Amino acid sequence: MSDDATGVDPTGDAARVSLVLVSHSRDLARGAVELAGQMAPGVRLIAVGGTPDGELGTDFDGIERAFAQALEGSRSAVVLMDLGSAVLTAESVLDLADEATQARVKLADAPFVEGAVAAAVTAHGGADLDAVLAAAEGAGRMYDGARGEVAPAADANVTEGAGDAVADDGVVRVTRTLLNPMGLHARPAAVVSRMLAGYDAKVTVNGVSAASVLALMKLGATQGTELRIEAVGPQAAEAAQVFATEVERGFGEI
Amino acid sequence: MSVDVAWAVEWVRRSAQTIAEHRDELIELDRQIGDGDHGENLDRGFRAVVAKLDALDEAPAQIGDVLKLVATTLMSTVGGAAGPLYGTAYLRAAKATASADLDSAGVVALIEAALDGIVARGKATAGEKTMVDAWTPAAEAAVAAADAGGSPADVLAAAAKAASVGAESTIPLTATKGRASYLGERSVGHLDPGARSTELLLAEAAAAAAA
Repeated sequence: MSDDATGVDPTGDAARVSLVLVSHSRDLARGAVELAGQMAPGVRLIAVGGTPDGELGTDFDGIERAFAQALEGSRSAVVLMDLGSAVLTAESVLDLADEATQARVKLADAPFVEGAVAAAVTAHGGADLDAVLAAAEGAGRMYDGARGEVAPAADANVTEGAGDAVADDGVVRVTRTLLNPMGLHARPAAVVSRMLAGYDAKVTVNGVSAASVLALMKLGATQGTELRIEAVGPQAAEAAQVFATEVERGFGEI
Repeated sequence: MSVDVAWAVEWVRRSAQTIAEHRDELIELDRQIGDGDHGENLDRGFRAVVAKLDALDEAPAQIGDVLKLVATTLMSTVGGAAGPLYGTAYLRAAKATASADLDSAGVVALIEAALDGIVARGKATAGEKTMVDAWTPAAEAAVAAADAGGSPADVLAAAAKAASVGAESTIPLTATKGRASYLGERSVGHLDPGARSTELLLAEAAAAAAA
């Protein structure tokens, strides 16, 4: 079934990359769309799950329709699949599609749920097709690599308290205490990632990329955790500041 | 019977019949090492193929037309991995058989194209306990039979026989592709359902030519 779509508001941003989530199970596809959609309300997300009569399996014609729907308005699309026949069927549909479709649809070799969330948030930030694909495919490595991506700054260099500072090495460092009772969970993580996409700066928090929702969630930051924000790049100061402000206001949750 | 469009139609009708007859066996084989849907899915797919054949106003002009109808129908209706795998096999075979009848080399081309399609789609190689283990020896036997001067019917008979031996050869193997691969060693001792359905389909290809 491909009638379970979110983000299909025709007034929405047509330039954003769409996602098609193909599962053996209708519930699983819908659930993944629901989860990813919460963090990327402006992205067209289409669920295709189960056979046409609602059993477990894959639906060739349903996937074909979902591709067409995902590409409306000159969009491009990244597709995530759960198990064997979902992959094979999505590949078959693409093989038989016209060249215009083949050029605008990419199948991701990615974990279904994590990949969908990472791709949705990246698409929401306005990234192009290759970047959304890379976000999906990079999601599988988050479990073992999240904390090691960027070396954290030595504590001596961190400016404590409310002050911001640009150190000699050009890194803007700000430290704030996380106020949210629920910690840095999915929604605030998505807020951070989405917000920072608009700045020309590389931002890390406690050593992980703030552009990655999954990396942020993997920090496991709970209420009271010190967040060491570090930014480099032309808009480092602005990026660090908006991040710090969001932490102070509890990402709108408190 | 020469290997022509009427043969192709006969092969498809016989395929639907044998899959229906072996539906429960395929379900049971798949239940042992997979998700248990192979027999039901293939049966649904071939029933749909026959319905489409029955609905045609006139007979297709080429063997490839018949095989393409099988390919697209299986892809749309099977709903499991067998859909895209067999669908791609029949589609490649269709592209290799754009003619009204086949000589021995043409039959070899059909079988090799089908094998290539399955390998391309499933990315499996021989020895991984999949339908490739039936298709590979079938293609090899077809080549040998054609080289030995066999008729198109001889080539199909040789392929069918080799597919049967190939299917049996999957029993002691450990699955490393597809859903059965999650079972690892526990897949040993079971006949692969995809190899079994391949054996059944190629047996009917031979039977249709011998009729």
